[in-house]
Amino acid sequence: MIAVAGQVAGAAYIVAALLFILSLAGLSKHETSRRGVVFGIVGMAIALIATVVLVAAGAWDQPSGALGLTLLVVAVLVGAAIGLWRARIVQMTGMPELIALLHSFVGLAAVLVGWNGALYDTGLTGALADIHHAEVFIGVFIGGVTFTGSIVAFLKLSARISSKPLMLPGKNALNIGALAAFLVLTVWYVITPELWLLIAVTLLALALGWHLVASIGGGDMPVVVSMLNSYSGWAAAAAGFLLNNDLLIVTGALVGSSGAYLSYIMCKAMNRSFLSVIAGGFGIEAPKGGDEEYGEHREIDAEAAADLLAGASTVVITPGYGMAVAQAQHGVADLVQKLRERGVDVRFGIHPVAGRLPGHMNVLLAEAKVPYDIVLEMDEINDDLSGVDVVLVIGANDTVNPAAAEDPSSPIAGMPVLRVWEAGNVIVFKRSMASGYAGVQNPLFYRDNAQMLFGDAKEKVDEILFQLSRS
Amino acid sequence: MTRIGIVAEAPGETRVAATPTTVPKLIALGYDVVVEAGAGSASSFPDAAFVKAGAAVVDGATAWSAPVVLKVNAPMPGEIDRLADGATIVATLSPALRPDLVESLATRGITAIALDAVPRISRAQSMDVLSSMANIAGYRAVVEAAHEFGRFFTGQVTAAGKVPPAKVLVAGAGVAGLAAIGAASSLGAIVRATDPRPEVADQVASIGGEYLEVVVPEEAKQVSSDGYAKATSEAYDKRAAEIYSEQAADVDIIITTALIPGRPAPRLITAADVASMRAGSVIVDMAAGQGGNVEGSVAGEKVVTENGVVILGYTDLPGRLPQQASQLFATNLVNLLKLLTPGKDGELTLDFDDVVQRTVTVVQDGAVTWPPPPVQVSAAPAKAAAAAPAVVTPKKTMSAGARTGLIVAGIAALFAICAFAPPPLPQHFLVLTLAIVVGFYVIGHVAHALHTPLMSVTNAISGIIVVGAMVQITVPDLTVQILSAVAVLLASINIFGGFAVTRRMLAMFQKGETR
Repeated sequence: MIAVAGQVAGAAYIVAALLFILSLAGLSKHETSRRGVVFGIVGMAIALIATVVLVAAGAWDQPSGALGLTLLVVAVLVGAAIGLWRARIVQMTGMPELIALLHSFVGLAAVLVGWNGALYDTGLTGALADIHHAEVFIGVFIGGVTFTGSIVAFLKLSARISSKPLMLPGKNALNIGALAAFLVLTVWYVITPELWLLIAVTLLALALGWHLVASIGGGDMPVVVSMLNSYSGWAAAAAGFLLNNDLLIVTGALVGSSGAYLSYIMCKAMNRSFLSVIAGGFGIEAPKGGDEEYGEHREIDAEAAADLLAGASTVVITPGYGMAVAQAQHGVADLVQKLRERGVDVRFGIHPVAGRLPGHMNVLLAEAKVPYDIVLEMDEINDDLSGVDVVLVIGANDTVNPAAAEDPSSPIAGMPVLRVWEAGNVIVFKRSMASGYAGVQNPLFYRDNAQMLFGDAKEKVDEILFQLSRS
Repeated sequence: MTRIGIVAEAPGETRVAATPTTVPKLIALGYDVVVEAGAGSASSFPDAAFVKAGAAVVDGATAWSAPVVLKVNAPMPGEIDRLADGATIVATLSPALRPDLVESLATRGITAIALDAVPRISRAQSMDVLSSMANIAGYRAVVEAAHEFGRFFTGQVTAAGKVPPAKVLVAGAGVAGLAAIGAASSLGAIVRATDPRPEVADQVASIGGEYLEVVVPEEAKQVSSDGYAKATSEAYDKRAAEIYSEQAADVDIIITTALIPGRPAPRLITAADVASMRAGSVIVDMAAGQGGNVEGSVAGEKVVTENGVVILGYTDLPGRLPQQASQLFATNLVNLLKLLTPGKDGELTLDFDDVVQRTVTVVQDGAVTWPPPPVQVSAAPAKAAAAAPAVVTPKKTMSAGARTGLIVAGIAALFAICAFAPPPLPQHFLVLTLAIVVGFYVIGHVAHALHTPLMSVTNAISGIIVVGAMVQITVPDLTVQILSAVAVLLASINIFGGFAVTRRMLAMFQKGETR
């Protein structure tokens, strides 16, 4: 009975793993993305059912079985209810926080699975027992780092703590020291498996996760979130090694490598070294030239901005995190619709790291029902910008900073940016003249063709809409 | 509350220093506005419109006696006496060209602000009457030229034969020059432009003109630092003169706009050049009031030469579009007064620490404050160039050798593990390695817009750890069972939440046509 169940479950796992691969592949394109999610859901359902059957078959006649199965069903139902509820009520602007929080759950679950692996006697001996101990440690460590890292990311993204990078003295030494300590503890635990070592490594992992993410600034959050995504995958893979479960290994590795690759894409978009972002180093260089005189900026009001837009034949909108903060995406979408009705060619230019999550802006614009075929990536639109009449920069700063392209001594030098300053007119929606997350002054604001529209982005967009509908 | 007097201009000037549109803005700054009767009639702003805007219409004496007087042109000697003691007058004063006027203003113990002395910096652009008037004048110069010119500007091919387009040369691509280039090219003419500043070439091209560069090989071209063209060197002048001679013989219309602040206008077109032009050609000398760019032009007059070339020396070009000229002039004035009235309380204050306010003030309380210290407009590039090479940190990229070494080491380690580890491990590593590679390739071409949905799906999928927790939940140990249950709960939130939110997100993505 158990053997049959095990065989069936093994087969189901292979099918599930295949479905997960198809799911990720489907999500690379708009046309297949919904099918991709369906594959993922089916794969997950097959995996869960197979596991439940396996567990039930194995534990049916044991005294702890009934309790275990009850707990299982209750936990799944409660978890499902909470998950579905959160997913329904989450604001699209709150997406980054939700995803960071969900990552922390995987991390915590991995820690618990690791602890369980240590707590019950597996009956293994010799080399296999040693390997098992090492696997416990690796699983707990990765899980712990993912857990606190994600919690800090969640707190930063939801502005519950400051998103400024934490600057402990010798933080690279701290990170490396923590890794070294982990190795020492692992070896120690393999030799003498004692509970306090497990507690020590758990605390170490939690502290390291906290420190790693705390020392990364808010502007790098897209990379951090996708890194944590990758970590959560590795945590699952480590659990797979621990439990001899190939499905966990396959799935974990899929998530881990895809997350790592995604982070790599993001880092390339910001022209940063992958390692320096992970080690949390960007933006520490004293913002050079902060007090350098760039001249004066010009202000514009909503009415003049509306006139400018009404007279334009091509408009490009480059949104940033500020649009998400101000919840201005619906107003922007209305503005786009209005302008398109007037025959104005409106497009969006999205910088790869705009917002606090990879693709954050696309999700917000999609929520506001902006058709995705006018939402273009930086590379697709950059060469067209010089022929554009008006560019609206809504809540973006570092991603449109000419210093990145023109000032080799700037901290963001070499980062690819949207060359909005080549357009005829640039209207910058901004709350104040403060610097962006990189702490770098933006010479764009002082260009002759740039005008500042100060105030809350949502209110200003609404004012422009009102002016447009009057004229 | 300070009263502002808008006085009527001398006969011949059609503009006025305030319009019914700007009066409310002046009132909003805390001022009381009085307008001399009939001040706006030449620019079609009747007195009734001013009254409606909130101003009082008064006689000339009352308007002149206001503590602040706004005017378009410099006051006549007789008018200076009509100002009240300690009054402030804001007008176009040309202080550099008219020391006598500055002197006579100073003797009256008043404060005089020259609108045409606004420095050419971005911040002050909104108050720069020279720019706003030059823009109008440049347009009007083309209209005047077209009026005198007996032909089309645009070329046409008709049943009655072919009409060639007119060729226009614009000397000086400043604000007026650019306006003229734009107007002429939009009428269909072939437009060429000259300017000593090579950096204007792009601006000229952007509005449809062709920039004729004066190539002087032995000298480095100077980028102007104060926004105006500099007086140029001899070799340069010689080559420039040749270009003008060549062009004069070729083009139909010449519009000259060359002015050097504080100096007489440079002579660009000689009598010989004019003589080489075809009969019926037109020259508009926009610098005629400052001595003229063209030999033989007379300020304010139309002259026809012996060979039939019309030379227009009109000095009132902006005034020939009185409504808009007044409107722009008055708006420049409002912007200046905004700067001078920081409290919006109707109190005019001068802050000499501010470079704009310092520069425009010609006379303060009877003391001559002209000329002001020089203003640098484009200081930034020079500074940046000096600072640039200082700290360029070379980007650390791994050498090809090091990378190959790492890969080899990695493969060797993998090989060692699989070769010597006990049974289940090598198989796990095989699965792990293959899955990593698959994950990498599957993600390779993801559309940027889908990063967030992808991430939330991978997040949901990483909830697969629930399988691990489920397997452990039946172990006969209560602690383990409880911990497993918590893990199952957390992972379930992840799975269900992740998939649900992804579906929600993807449902929002849609293509344009479905809208």
